[in-house]
Amino acid sequence: MKPFSYEQAASPAAAAAAVASRPGAKFIAGGTNLLDLMKFQIETPTHLVDVRRLDLNRIEDTSDGGLRIGALVTNTELASHPRVKRDYGVVSRAIVAGATGQLRNKATTAGNLLQRNRCPYFYETDLPCNKRRPGSGCSAIGGVSRSLAVIGTSQHCIAQNPGDMAVALRVLDATVETVRPDGTTRAIPIGDFHLLPGESPEIEHPLVPGELVTAVSLPKPPGGTHHYHKVRDRASYAFAIVSVAAVLQKDGSGRVAFGSVAPRPWRIEAAEALLPRGPAAVVETAFAGARPTPENAFKIPLAERTLALVVAEGRA
Amino acid sequence: MDETNAFEVNRRKLMAGSAALATLNLPSGVEAQALDEEAPRVVVTFTINGHLQRLQLDTRVTLLDALREHLHLTGTKKGCDHGHCGACTVLANGIRINACLSLAVMHDSDEITTIEGLGRPGALHPMQAAFIEYDAFQCGYCTPGQICSAVALVDEVKRGVPSHATGDLTAPMTLSNVELRERMSGNICRCGAYSNIADAVSKVAGEML
Ligand SMILES: Cc1cc2nc3c(=O)[nH]c(=O)nc-3n(C[C@H](O)[C@H](O)[C@H](O)COP(=O)(O)OP(=O)(O)OC[C@H]3O[C@@H](n4cnc5c(N)ncnc54)[C@H](O)[C@@H]3O)c2cc1C
Ligand code: SF4
Repeated sequence: MKPFSYEQAASPAAAAAAVASRPGAKFIAGGTNLLDLMKFQIETPTHLVDVRRLDLNRIEDTSDGGLRIGALVTNTELASHPRVKRDYGVVSRAIVAGATGQLRNKATTAGNLLQRNRCPYFYETDLPCNKRRPGSGCSAIGGVSRSLAVIGTSQHCIAQNPGDMAVALRVLDATVETVRPDGTTRAIPIGDFHLLPGESPEIEHPLVPGELVTAVSLPKPPGGTHHYHKVRDRASYAFAIVSVAAVLQKDGSGRVAFGSVAPRPWRIEAAEALLPRGPAAVVETAFAGARPTPENAFKIPLAERTLALVVAEGRA
Repeated sequence: MDETNAFEVNRRKLMAGSAALATLNLPSGVEAQALDEEAPRVVVTFTINGHLQRLQLDTRVTLLDALREHLHLTGTKKGCDHGHCGACTVLANGIRINACLSLAVMHDSDEITTIEGLGRPGALHPMQAAFIEYDAFQCGYCTPGQICSAVALVDEVKRGVPSHATGDLTAPMTLSNVELRERMSGNICRCGAYSNIADAVSKVAGEML
């Protein structure tokens, strides 16, 4: 790791101001992604603002029947909360499908949403990667790409968003709440929170420097049955090859998002409207315009089969 | 308040400390960090296995390195150093975490329990005793992490923490063999002692749940 100075933030606004006022400063929450990347010198912050002791660790009911989850609520706490288990089961399921007990105890809601990608070349510091070194090129295009995205990519980056929890939050229409260094707050729909790579793959979310995620809020429960099915190379403790988060209603309608196939949780509302016509119709529309590589083209039929499994589970 | 300033020490003190450290036979990474004169340092106070400890550390020192290299509590093992293997599992305020993916300074005022703090020869924790009884290890390198993880997971089940193997999320939790294996999946055993580990954990969990 490169040397860095460290402080504990006294308030959310002070944390935002502290990061904004020092070039090279970053927030640290659980540290399970940031420290991993710092050990590889992929991330080299010169100053860390530790936000873990801020009062952002509660889960509260909202006046409209929804739930507001503090940014520092751990993945374990969120998955275990009685209302989450009862009303938002897709979130519990997605969280426990990821990482391990130890990591989930440390990982936070905001840190999970902001985890970086798992492209093998992003981790290979002596090879070009536009996310790690903007403008250096993309080693994955024409390289090993089995795990990477099939849609939403650009000629500059084909990395997938590897997170599980975010896929569940996407089907629930969650909102990400933030405070900016000038003290103003805003709410970002989860669908706009992860950016597509386009011309600038190094820019992964719309946050301004120093903007602190304070909470994630969920609208009132959608009812229905909740599903998260993750296909991976081993039965536990591995990132997804393809995942499906779904909330299915008795009348055959529902909401569906796919994970690990795109740079963001992939939900196409026009596609999920076709659920009554079956998984093939949904996947055909959701993946229209996909540009898979020969190595990862299998993800599209796999997405269809995974959705078929989830739909069958919903009927059972 | 900028707490870093309060923690910064002057250059002379730092060099004296570095020189002292350089004479010790430390692993190269640790030595390199100790000798980095420009690297900011912090004072960390935490309770390790019931003893209050105060250390002055390079901000980069992980909880794992603080335990092993600074407090010489070498029961906690360094495997991958990236959160993959679980050999470094310790309890922070009773919760299991990977000590390699946490900075020591992030644990100021925390209570840390390592394998040395769970029990001692003659006064073993039931989980330690069960690992011996069931021959739940071969080389033993992953064992401290396995035991800390197992102790914490019993508590997680009691608190209603679900796992990927949980059927009905809202039903009372039980610890079937499948559940147990899923919940222990963050602790890798390269010798493959899993069957005996599962037996040892089941025995103790059966008594504690
Ligand atoms: C071995 C291993 C396996 C894993 N497997 C999975 C898996 O299967 N599925 C999965 O989804 N994930 C997996 N993960 C990733 C894990 O979920 C993330 O590391 C974790 O969620 C990150 O949360 P954190 O609080 O530790 O974030 P940190 O590491 O503290 O931070 C991550 C990023 O978010 C920023 N940040 C943190 N908090 C805030 C805030 N409040 N506002 C603004 N920025 C903030 C930080 O500056 C940093 O850039 C795995 C990780 C490891 C190490
Ligand atoms: S796909 Fe993205 S992350 Fe991977 S090498 Fe290309 S630019 Fe880097």
